[in-house]
Amino acid sequence: MSSQVLNCGYVPLVDSAPLILAAELGFAAQEGLSLNLLRQPSWAALRDLLALGHLDAAHMLSPLPVAMSLGLSGPKVSIVTPIVMSANGTVLGLSKSLANDLRQTGWQPDPERPLDLVAGLQALARPLRVGVPFPYSMHRLLFEYLIENAGPGLAERAQIVTMPPPLMAHAVLNGEIDLFFVGEPWGSVAVRNGAAELVLPGSGIWAHAPEKVLAMRADWAEGNALTAGALTRAIYRACSWLGQPANRSLAVEILARSEHLGLPHEAIDPALTGRISPRIDAPPWQISAFARFHGGATTFPWRSFGAWLGHQMSRLENLDRASTLKIATQCFRPDLYRAYLSTTSADMPGASAKMEGTMAHPTPVASMRGEMILGPDAFFDGKTFDFPEIF
Amino acid sequence: MDGFQGVQGLHPQIHQTTCTPVNKDLRIAVVEADRSLALQIVDVLKDDGWNNISVLGDTSGLARKLSDLAPDLVLIDLENPSRDLLEQVSIASEAETRPVAMFVDRSDDAMTLAAMEAGLSAYVVGAPEPDRVREVLKTAIARFQVTSQMRRELAFAKQALADRKMIDRAKGMVMQAKGVSEDEAYQLLRKQAMSQNTKVIDVARALLTAADLLT
Repeated sequence: MSSQVLNCGYVPLVDSAPLILAAELGFAAQEGLSLNLLRQPSWAALRDLLALGHLDAAHMLSPLPVAMSLGLSGPKVSIVTPIVMSANGTVLGLSKSLANDLRQTGWQPDPERPLDLVAGLQALARPLRVGVPFPYSMHRLLFEYLIENAGPGLAERAQIVTMPPPLMAHAVLNGEIDLFFVGEPWGSVAVRNGAAELVLPGSGIWAHAPEKVLAMRADWAEGNALTAGALTRAIYRACSWLGQPANRSLAVEILARSEHLGLPHEAIDPALTGRISPRIDAPPWQISAFARFHGGATTFPWRSFGAWLGHQMSRLENLDRASTLKIATQCFRPDLYRAYLSTTSADMPGASAKMEGTMAHPTPVASMRGEMILGPDAFFDGKTFDFPEIF
Repeated sequence: MDGFQGVQGLHPQIHQTTCTPVNKDLRIAVVEADRSLALQIVDVLKDDGWNNISVLGDTSGLARKLSDLAPDLVLIDLENPSRDLLEQVSIASEAETRPVAMFVDRSDDAMTLAAMEAGLSAYVVGAPEPDRVREVLKTAIARFQVTSQMRRELAFAKQALADRKMIDRAKGMVMQAKGVSEDEAYQLLRKQAMSQNTKVIDVARALLTAADLLT
């Protein structure tokens, strides 16, 4: 049987693992697909190649399909997400000098206490340059969310700077940025270079933030439903495989051996094991759902994710809320997920949207097969985000 | 000047082409760390009559440098990871002065395709005349086609050279350990590679890694 070749773009980060493993472990081949994995030097390049049809599908920052569909980033094209590839897996770090200044205010690092960090940054009353990988990234949105209710001044004093992740450690060492929000391995690299310390995993701001998605053009998904379904199933199987704790060390080996990431073993390991060292001399954090690929319906593209992203973007960019939410919500496609995975053993939640931020602990909910465990998905401030019933 | 050099005046006696009515006063910024490549791009644009060109070599503080420079058009290699820095400039600037990725309107798909295949991305700021932008791009695309080919060849040559050095070291080890000639040592490596269904370079690398561990 000859297989169909698909051009798939990715940026060499640890959380591109589902795409790489779908190719390397034969999940794509089982579906009659041959994945031509095309490594991209920047999110802008990946975005443009997908928009213009040079890529069929891509590993993408979860807010980017929304930004592209709204015409905020690159050519305006409707992009859909039939499956989420990962949740969390990001870290917030400080330059040594900012960390020292914060300690002068009495702040003590504690990844469980984000409010202390915000209070410390507020008390310092100095301009802060914050490096994020891309304007339309969960990193930027989570940081803006962290400080938006901090009280007067902090949001105005924080300047968001885009910095490609491989340059982040260098930029913080040079004093170009004071804080950074980045995916692994680049947080650990900054720690090892002695440039920075890590203070908070992204999950400390939102316990279950969709981080990367599988993105495709809406018209492509419509015109190639069988292929899109086959690719979604291959990604789902790779995510399930990655979610088995017994497979983690093997995953590290495969990813380090494969030419796709170009990262050594020790750079991949922390992200997959959740053992992240916040400082050179400190014992590692043990974060249970650091980069999460499976379980808790991680792969399910909740419409409420689209709504939350649209809500945050409409505030940041001063866009009309109702029309922004409408477009944003259409980017996340639980209908496609249900249709494409109907032939697999994947369990499906009963609902397609949920109130975000309600679960402080893993919580059983009704599913197609009876019951599934969701969450935790709490926000650091204890607030909830209700899926707007305007659609 | 920290990494930013104006290059006006390098070629004072440029022959201005008089046959074209296009006004050649666009301010063009070329973002390229490799100085000789940057100058090649500058040269072809100057040969074409574009004189207001600046090169940004070091991308630290790119946003500030671009805002000081206020170019109409920014040219950057598609393979340059710093491209995402230009996206940052887009959100930080006022709407009228934002650099916008070219081809956003998809009005010129043939040129878009040519630029992409040549590895060129371009950002326009404000609303320069499309004809002028198109003319710059035509010239830049031609140059980028040559450049990206050169880069591919250079990377390939570098890799080949590194591989050969590694195979030579491995051969030396086999010669010493087994007391065989250079040719016999190579045949042994080749045989091992064939039996493992891998490449000679992979066997050489494995041998050197093991040797490093044991010494």
